[in-house]
Amino acid sequence: MSGHGRRIDPWRAVETGAAWLLALLWLAPLLYAFWAAFHPPEYATRFVLTAPLTLDNFREAWSQAPFARYFLNTFLLVTSILAAQFLLCTLAGYAFARFAFRGRDLAFALVLVQLMIMPEVLIVENYRTMSRLGLVDTIAGIGLPYMASAFGIFLLRQTFKTIPKELEEAARVEGCSMLQILWKVYVPLARPTYVAYGLVSVSYHWNNFLWPLVITNSVETRPLTVGLAIFGAPESGVDWSVITAGTLLAVAPLLVAFLLFQRQFVQSFMYAGIK
Amino acid sequence: MRASRHLHHVYGWLLLTPAAILLLSFTHYPTVATIWQSFFSTGTALRPSSFVGLDNYRFMLEDEIFWKVVGNNLLFAAGTIPASIALALLMAVWVNGRLPGRALVRMAYFTPTVLPMIAVANIWLFFYTPEIGLLDQILRAFDLPTRNWLGDPDTVLWCIVVLAVWKEAGFFMIFYLAALQALPPELEEAARLEGASRAYYFRRVVFPLLMPTTLFVLVNAVINSFKLVDQLFILTKGGPDNASSLLLYYIYEVAFSFFDDSYAATLTVVLLAALALISLGQFLFLDRRIHYR
Repeated sequence: MSGHGRRIDPWRAVETGAAWLLALLWLAPLLYAFWAAFHPPEYATRFVLTAPLTLDNFREAWSQAPFARYFLNTFLLVTSILAAQFLLCTLAGYAFARFAFRGRDLAFALVLVQLMIMPEVLIVENYRTMSRLGLVDTIAGIGLPYMASAFGIFLLRQTFKTIPKELEEAARVEGCSMLQILWKVYVPLARPTYVAYGLVSVSYHWNNFLWPLVITNSVETRPLTVGLAIFGAPESGVDWSVITAGTLLAVAPLLVAFLLFQRQFVQSFMYAGIK
Repeated sequence: MRASRHLHHVYGWLLLTPAAILLLSFTHYPTVATIWQSFFSTGTALRPSSFVGLDNYRFMLEDEIFWKVVGNNLLFAAGTIPASIALALLMAVWVNGRLPGRALVRMAYFTPTVLPMIAVANIWLFFYTPEIGLLDQILRAFDLPTRNWLGDPDTVLWCIVVLAVWKEAGFFMIFYLAALQALPPELEEAARLEGASRAYYFRRVVFPLLMPTTLFVLVNAVINSFKLVDQLFILTKGGPDNASSLLLYYIYEVAFSFFDDSYAATLTVVLLAALALISLGQFLFLDRRIHYR
């Protein structure tokens, strides 16, 4: 087909149309959210091109719920989880990749259990643990079950294994200690893995809902998703336009980051999934 | 030499210890504790928790809601898994080809993946709302009967299924996309020289080569069908009359609305058993075909 130049293939045209239609369908919810959020409430369900634009819904949403606090909570949550994950998974991944310690295979199998039994499944028992530790309704309580991530350990182990041992030998000859080798040789070479894993982790925890809902019960700890669920509940009596404005506020940072670094996002999810 | 080998063991364990403590506390311990708890009654102020053997399980087998949510979960899985995988494959083939505006289309397909389920459920609620909702507005424009989509036990679960397919298909797409990009271009060239049609080439060459990806995506889709419950909190709260409730949502309700920890633990054991079965299946059938680098 390509060899024959510009001949129009009707089947290709149909396919292109279908692909675009599906894309439009996939974007429709977001497009609707923009429509409702930027127009006065009386146009929330009426689509008239002459409808006036307004920012009132955003002002209203911002004043009706403590979004600033929710943003801060989510930010603290996501960064503390990410920092802890990087540290713990680097150490554990290094151990599994380069140390032939006794019981390694069994330990690795036990780590992988978490890929199947995610913390979401164990909400009942983990809640009891957190209340024994006095960590109910704290940001640490939301983050702790996720900090040692089997997925992160697995990814970093796979990456560290591909790094030539000769580099480590060379560093050792120069007198580097074990942790210096990890920090100066392994970590810099695994940068793409950290970026990919970081993006996946941040989007996961920015969006996570069930466990944060269970473990928090005050404005001071609730992340955006939980705050948004309370804000959007029909009992709250807030109207459509304001809810969609609040919803857009909550997803804006992640959405903007995604639109700016689209390639990086897609590649990170791809990379993280294939390993 | 012997000293350094000995150190190797010590270092290995030392590096692993911080992660191991957290994993043991929040994955292994709660798994065992959940199973243990399922053999005890829920303690109250007047009656402390006591050993009841299989009573919780007997109660579960007679619990109509339990069977209802298990049935719903199976329907939910049967509805979302094939549809989202088929759409994902279709999207990947389109985005991988010479499509005009390819980057934009790929972005559109992938966007639902980065949005929180809670946020998109807020938006989808508008689509399903009776009378003023978008779906009803469209139906009315064509003089078709409208209905209360989320209020009707016959349609509510399918509303949830459609939302889940929309949310997941773009995520699965990228795995197919990666696999398609890894196929050697000579394959298509050879097929064309042999005079194979595009459909034939896809069916007999591409699809079989994508099998490991399909299996990988399948495992993820099955796990997700037990995990995706966030939308219920916004759209239906499991109703009407548990018609849209799923197992994990029911566990949440039993534990945190009815405060029956032991029964919630018993239900969690069922969920754990289902997940164990999936990983066993993966171990027995899939790992032989998927080679990790």
